[in-house]
Amino acid sequence: MMEKIRLILDDVMEGNIVVLEKGLAPEEQSKLIEITMREITPDGFAGIEMETYPAKEKPGFLDRLLGKSSPTRLTVIGPADQLKTIKKEKDFITAWVSSR
Amino acid sequence: MDFLFRARKKISKFLKAFFSKRQSRIGIYGPPNAGKTTLANRIVRDWTGDALGPVSEIPHETRRARRKEGIVITGNNGGSITIDIVDTPGVTTKIDYKEFIEYGMEKDEAVKRAREATEGVAEAMHWLREDINGVIYMLDSTLDPFMQVNIMMVGIIESRKLPVIIVANKIDLPDAAPQRIKSAFPQHPVISISGLEGDNVEELYEKMVEYFG
Repeated sequence: MMEKIRLILDDVMEGNIVVLEKGLAPEEQSKLIEITMREITPDGFAGIEMETYPAKEKPGFLDRLLGKSSPTRLTVIGPADQLKTIKKEKDFITAWVSSR
Repeated sequence: MDFLFRARKKISKFLKAFFSKRQSRIGIYGPPNAGKTTLANRIVRDWTGDALGPVSEIPHETRRARRKEGIVITGNNGGSITIDIVDTPGVTTKIDYKEFIEYGMEKDEAVKRAREATEGVAEAMHWLREDINGVIYMLDSTLDPFMQVNIMMVGIIESRKLPVIIVANKIDLPDAAPQRIKSAFPQHPVISISGLEGDNVEELYEKMVEYFG
C-alpha cells in the first residue's frame, strides 16, 4: 500500500495529474492525506486536490451478499496549487489547470 | 507477607480491568472552521467545568489534537457514559501559508501556523486509524456537505467500523440548511445544533449516551 501511495504522490509532486481507474480504498485515502501533510513545504508543494467519482455499475448479487461495495471508482488526484476544478460528464473529464 | 500483599494487589488489578467498563475515546473530526473546538469546549464545560482550547475564525486554530479524559455524560433516562474527548485539527488535503497572510498574519507566523497544521492533520489521521473508538463528525450547515473531504472522511470512518454521529453545526446562522446534511448522510444519525449558542446540544448528549455507550 505504501508503495502505491508513494508512487501517486511522487507523480503529483512533479506536477502531474494522476487518474486512477479503480480509485483508492478508504485506508489508502487516509494514508494519502497523512503523507501529503508530511510533504507540504512553504512555497513548494501545497498539497493535493482529489476528486472521486462513483462507479457506473452497481455491485453484483454476490458482492451485496458478501457486503462488498463496488471498488470501481474513478479518482483524479493533482497538485492543489494547479488543479482548480474537475468536472466529469459521462465519459468526459475536464480540468482547469493553471501553469506555474 | 510481602508475597500475600503483592498477590492481592495483582488480583485486585485483574478484577478491576475485567469488570470496569472500557472508556471510549471519541474524536471530533471535520473540515477546518466547522466548530469542533467550540463544541469540545462546550462538552467539557457542561460536564466538567473546564475548557479545552482557544477558537478563532482563522482556519487551523487547533493544530494539535487536544484531549480531555474521563468526562461523564448522563442522559435523561439515567444512563451515562465515560468518554475521553479528542478535539482534532480540521482535516484537509491542502494547506498553503498564504491563506493565513490574507487574514493579516506576518509571513513567519503564517509559515509556522501552516507547518503546525500539517503536522496536526497527519497526527489526526494516524489517530483515526489507531486510537479512536467513536467519531463526532462536525459540519458547518451553511456550507455544501458534499465537499470531497467530507465524503472521503465519512468513508474512512465507515471503513474502520466506528460509530459516527454527524453534527450539523451553526444552525443559529440564517443560511443554515441542516436538511442538506441529513440527505447527504442518511446512513448516520444527524443532530442539528449551534455549538456557539448551545441550541439543541441536549439532544446531542442523549444521542452520545445511546450511541457511544
